[in-house]
Amino acid sequence: MSAVVDTVTPEGPLVSIRDLKVHFPITSGIVFQAKVGAVRAVDGLSFDIRRGETLGLVGESGCGKSTTGRAILRLEKLTGGQVLYEGSDLARLRGKALRRQRRRMQMIFQDPYASLNSRMTLGHIVGEPLLVHNLRRREERVDRVRELLNLVGINPNTINRYPHEFSGGQRQRIGIARALAVEPNFIVCDEPISALDVSIRAQIINLLQELQQRLGLTYLFIAHDLSVVRHISDRVAVMYLGRVVELAPNAELYETPMHPYTQALLSAVPIPDPVVEERRRAIVLTGDVPSPASPPSGCHFHTRCPAAQDGLCDIEDPVLRQVRPDHYAACHLIHDEDYPHIRSAEDVASSTQTRPNGNGGGPA
Amino acid sequence: MAFDTGVSLQPGDNLLNVTDLAVTFDSQEGQVRAVGGVSFSVRPGEMVGLVGESGCGKSISALAILGLVRMMNNATISGSIEFLGRDLLALPENEVRGVRGRDISMIFQDPVTSLNPVLSIERQMTEGLEEHLGLSHADAVKRSIELLEMVGIPKAAERIHDYPHQFSGGMRQRVMIAIAVSCNPKLLLADEPTTALDVTIQAQILRLMKQMALDYSAAIILITHDLGVVAGMTERILVMYAGRIVESGPAKALFAHPHHPYTVGLLRSVPRLDEPRAETLQSIDGLPPDLAHLPPGCAFAPRCALQTRACWEAPPALAPTTDGRLSACIHAAGLVERATA
Repeated sequence: MSAVVDTVTPEGPLVSIRDLKVHFPITSGIVFQAKVGAVRAVDGLSFDIRRGETLGLVGESGCGKSTTGRAILRLEKLTGGQVLYEGSDLARLRGKALRRQRRRMQMIFQDPYASLNSRMTLGHIVGEPLLVHNLRRREERVDRVRELLNLVGINPNTINRYPHEFSGGQRQRIGIARALAVEPNFIVCDEPISALDVSIRAQIINLLQELQQRLGLTYLFIAHDLSVVRHISDRVAVMYLGRVVELAPNAELYETPMHPYTQALLSAVPIPDPVVEERRRAIVLTGDVPSPASPPSGCHFHTRCPAAQDGLCDIEDPVLRQVRPDHYAACHLIHDEDYPHIRSAEDVASSTQTRPNGNGGGPA
Repeated sequence: MAFDTGVSLQPGDNLLNVTDLAVTFDSQEGQVRAVGGVSFSVRPGEMVGLVGESGCGKSISALAILGLVRMMNNATISGSIEFLGRDLLALPENEVRGVRGRDISMIFQDPVTSLNPVLSIERQMTEGLEEHLGLSHADAVKRSIELLEMVGIPKAAERIHDYPHQFSGGMRQRVMIAIAVSCNPKLLLADEPTTALDVTIQAQILRLMKQMALDYSAAIILITHDLGVVAGMTERILVMYAGRIVESGPAKALFAHPHHPYTVGLLRSVPRLDEPRAETLQSIDGLPPDLAHLPPGCAFAPRCALQTRACWEAPPALAPTTDGRLSACIHAAGLVERATA
């Protein structure tokens, strides 16, 4: 898909994803397992992650955002497509070369309770990546671990303690220290704050931003919370059922969402202010997200889209294309500056009420 | 068991009066004070939001109202929970059973674990109707199908025979709501009802809950950590921290000018979609307290920007600030002044 090839950064993007596909087989039978279908978790993604940016990846559960993050790090087997890191194809790397490459890219996981080994001390948890990649001499490793703990705001004297002695927010800091141990350029943050308490979330977001500035990191920030993604991201990609439906710079996406799904998603985010909530009218989508094992034909969103056109949206796959400078969307109904404006049910109802002699008045 | 309370509510009476409710658990670390003297009331048909972080005692308070805490053998419970004029804590278990699930019902956070996976929806829905309203099985099935249609389950007559795993998360929560309203409750406790759901589904479920409460003129206590969810749903907010209510008041006034530093911090630390993007978020420093080792004074003092020596001496009482509002902060007057200035 040449439409999304990045031309903005002169030295080229840090990570390029081309037609990425990850399908999980559905098998039947116990001994002789036959493949009877596939869950198309990620179904043809193409986008670039620019150096030093935070690319937010949002979508509802099951849309494939976490699988995308894992596939970029080669933690999932790719069914098809390419992941290019500084131009070299990760899908082809094996063994030592792959391990060397993995040093450049790390992950921060969602659940700080499950992602730290409860039988290892902080020193071992944060020091293990150094050992695996053979980065420092043995006697220097402890100093490096202390330095890393200090960097993320954990008292270095706790180096011999175990994870259960720390709260969720502190554990997440430890997870961040472990990711930073190998001096990566690129970090996939997979819902790094959704398991944390509200008052702790801001601390972790601020820490991630501070580290990005200090160490020049590039983030792929995966989250379902659209307000947090707006706060932290430079550009945002919206996923629906294994595909990117819209990708735009932060301000542009939140101010002029062009894809009907993005519009509905943004209007459904509750705002912590009763006065605003009273005035606001959410677009309530009907129905659930269809199963990625049998996604709808054509545009995956057409079954829930208020603007869908029969004979077009249910048949033809929309292509992610540039609809404005640096703003990409996959919708048949976007033409130049014209795009579907989705309205809430109340707005539709009130506008028909104010038109008593509308076209529903019987045969002319 | 058909059970008539025999008490009718006079106009102006509260539906629920919780007075000085305290729950302590025995643990290896000693006494853990999960709820430490909570008092509040709910009027008939009122929508109240109970907001706080994990471990603040909001869920335990709800379980206590349902009469479920006293079943936990390491719990000590004190105070009173007056519902329709009777103290639920003083009632024998068989009488509480007549209230639980009938007059007071609960919508849990996770419909995956709170519905029984090995029983069909029919079994789970008719159980309460037969037990509480004395309906025959045939009538209970008929009523269940009506309820499922009301909460928006397509082909309810067929789907009632299905099992929970055959429904999606949003649909399961609809089934939970149908079960919760099936016996015409007067009070619905909803504990993080949409936390496990996606935003587009959350909007559907919140809308449905509000509609159902209006239709059945039931009061709702909506328990959540999400300030956005209570903002659109409730008239009055209670904010809990470390087992105590630290602030309460009408939703609009409380969100506009919080009278407790914890509420101030919470509201500031959440990025808002409708406001310009800030460079950095204002976070609340430090960690939530350990309930087994609470500081002698205000539990929020170690994290509070306004703390003075007096804060560390004795826990501040929940005291009136302006009309209809309470705050448990000795510096509340300063916050009120700043708001009006």
